[in-house]
Amino acid sequence: MKLASNEFLQASSAALLEEDKAQRRSLIGQFLPLARDAAASAYGDFDALRAHMKRVRRHTMTHLSHYLEQFEEAAVQHGNQVHFVANAEQLNSKVLSICQAHNARRVAKGKSMVTEETGLNELLLKAGLDVLETDLGEYIIQQAGETPSHIVGPALHKSLAEIRQLFLDKHKLGDRELETVSEVVEEARGVLREQFLAADVGIIGANALIAEHGTSMLVTNEGNGDLCANLPPVLIVCTTFERVLPRAEDAMALQRLLVRSATGQPQTCYTSFYTGPRREDDVDGPLETHIILLDNRRSDILASDYSEMLDCIRCGACLNHCPIYIGVGGHAYGWVYPGPMGSVLTPLLTSLEQAHHLPNACTSCGRCAEVCPANIPLPDLLRDLRQDESVQQLKPARWRNGLRLHAWLLRHPGLYRSLTGWTISVLGLLGKRRGAFRRLPFAGGWTGQRDVPAPEGGGTFMRQYAARRRRGGKRG
Amino acid sequence: MDKPHPKRKRSRQRRDVALMVTCLADLMRPSVGFSAIRLLERAGCRVTVPEQQTCCGQPAYNSGEVDAAVPVARAVIEAFEPFDYVVVPSGSCAGMLSHHYPALFEGEWHQRALALSAKTWELTRFLTEVARLPAPRHKPLESAVTYHDSCAALRELGVHQQPRQLLQEQCGVQVSELSQNQVCCGFGGTFCARMPEISAKMADDKLDNAVASGATIVAAGDLGCLLHLSGRARRRGLKLEFRHVAELLAGDPRGPGIGEGRE
Ligand code: SF4
Repeated sequence: MKLASNEFLQASSAALLEEDKAQRRSLIGQFLPLARDAAASAYGDFDALRAHMKRVRRHTMTHLSHYLEQFEEAAVQHGNQVHFVANAEQLNSKVLSICQAHNARRVAKGKSMVTEETGLNELLLKAGLDVLETDLGEYIIQQAGETPSHIVGPALHKSLAEIRQLFLDKHKLGDRELETVSEVVEEARGVLREQFLAADVGIIGANALIAEHGTSMLVTNEGNGDLCANLPPVLIVCTTFERVLPRAEDAMALQRLLVRSATGQPQTCYTSFYTGPRREDDVDGPLETHIILLDNRRSDILASDYSEMLDCIRCGACLNHCPIYIGVGGHAYGWVYPGPMGSVLTPLLTSLEQAHHLPNACTSCGRCAEVCPANIPLPDLLRDLRQDESVQQLKPARWRNGLRLHAWLLRHPGLYRSLTGWTISVLGLLGKRRGAFRRLPFAGGWTGQRDVPAPEGGGTFMRQYAARRRRGGKRG
Repeated sequence: MDKPHPKRKRSRQRRDVALMVTCLADLMRPSVGFSAIRLLERAGCRVTVPEQQTCCGQPAYNSGEVDAAVPVARAVIEAFEPFDYVVVPSGSCAGMLSHHYPALFEGEWHQRALALSAKTWELTRFLTEVARLPAPRHKPLESAVTYHDSCAALRELGVHQQPRQLLQEQCGVQVSELSQNQVCCGFGGTFCARMPEISAKMADDKLDNAVASGATIVAAGDLGCLLHLSGRARRRGLKLEFRHVAELLAGDPRGPGIGEGRE
């Protein structure tokens, strides 16, 4: 997917003006946190489960090569072909070569953020293949020629009316009402089902890789992943190495965290496990299966101070709870991963230089970290990225110098006090009548959107306090 | 860590409290500092305002100029070391001292930062959990009040019920709650100037909820949020009064609210 994260400021300003979309986003921001909270409290000790998962993850990451080897060995034993690829290009060309080896014409895809990350569809389409997204949300944005706005609900930005019009335009099915959600879903289902049957290759993602069995786990609500995995003769699982977990029960713990955090459901409609190609007496299943494990800088992340980011299970809770994501929507972030997790991941998976606004799109309010099922300290990681931004001199110089000068002044109380004492007294006098300023020199960032409340008057606290002490009067 | 300094003799009930005024109260709203002193004294504390204090260093720290924030933190640690308690009329500055300072250091300074952390209290929490206020002497407040929880107070320090309890006990006020009261108001320190439009949108959501709550006074424990919200309310021409909770608790919000004139 094309990277446009450095246009965050312009894109977010534009997004704020789209009233209709903003209203839908604000509903998402109200509803999903409520659903998540209800599901988490109905579970019982959800925080203990989070802490447990954290330990499992940390353990797995410290013994990563062991578990990856174990996974590979078990998967190969079941007849899978396992490929480790370093970057997006390698993943894409691996998939293409598998498709070409089978003379494939049609590819059916389940939802996969990893292939969004690598821009797989584009390459396959260029090579003349038909690529069909089968997750309803992905299908909608594919038809509309758009990109996902949310990692769990890629088409959450679209209204029913927009989707209806899109289907009326794209599906040549004659006159019909298509008024309700269920009619729209039915129509998509019908259109998609025909295509599943004709697909030569199925591509899906994975929520977890179970090392002890060489199995991959996929959690969905639509069941389209199963159709992609079982109907076409060839299955390709595109995922990343940090999905690996030691045992099946660890994958189940992850699943419990994931569904509650993502949608507030106690359970999704489908949790599927794929172990390998069809065996002799199996009635169905693919004839050939591949598992592609992408790195794409994740090894670097693992070795860095940001390694905790690899614990992310892609639940989207941090998006739903982030007032900035809810305010501006996913597209403003300019890449595959939006919201707090995206503001950490995008600079790490691409470069800070190309995405340095994102770590600043944060008030450190801490709501994301409060709900993140993987207990990732997102605001801390974002602050660390802002520090990297400063070290790499990507921040506007006037900001950097201003902040540093201010910090220097803070360590010189005498000077600080005489400067602030004088300025504040003057501002206090000037602002006395109106109580606020519409404009002030050097305060454009503030006064573009708000007045500056005037200082209360009477000078700084420190001045007044010192004067009262000198008078020996009462301090209060 | 309740450890009396060797050079200071502590009388039996009087707690030795250092007030960290915070830079925003110092510059923009001195009455917050004076109200805090009055409240602490009423709660039986001996209050000192260490002269060397300026600011906790959050602007640099949160903006990623961490190396510039470190010496500021050292100066704060030194200035407040001699006292039993450090009380701060701000959740975000108290959070900076108690949660973020220790992460800035290793070795001896880390220990000193931890010691400061252990004795640092946000004002309303201190007044409910350490030094309780006696029954009020002032008249109950007649206006409807809503309360905005700053994110640092709420999530770093667990401050939520304390200011409500105090408003109830001291001012006879039952807070009219904001819907979405867990959500940030969009201040975020330098965020509000680096991404002003998003910040204003968040302020608008908060202000709309404040208006919908039916309150005429918006109280909060953090001046950052209050200055941001009142500035935006002024720009929009909203008739809301903004006050730091300490002003209400001290019982004499005499002067104009934040951002209001004396016309
Ligand atoms: S960072 Fe945490 S909350 Fe956000 S998507 Fe990942 S696991 Fe979910």
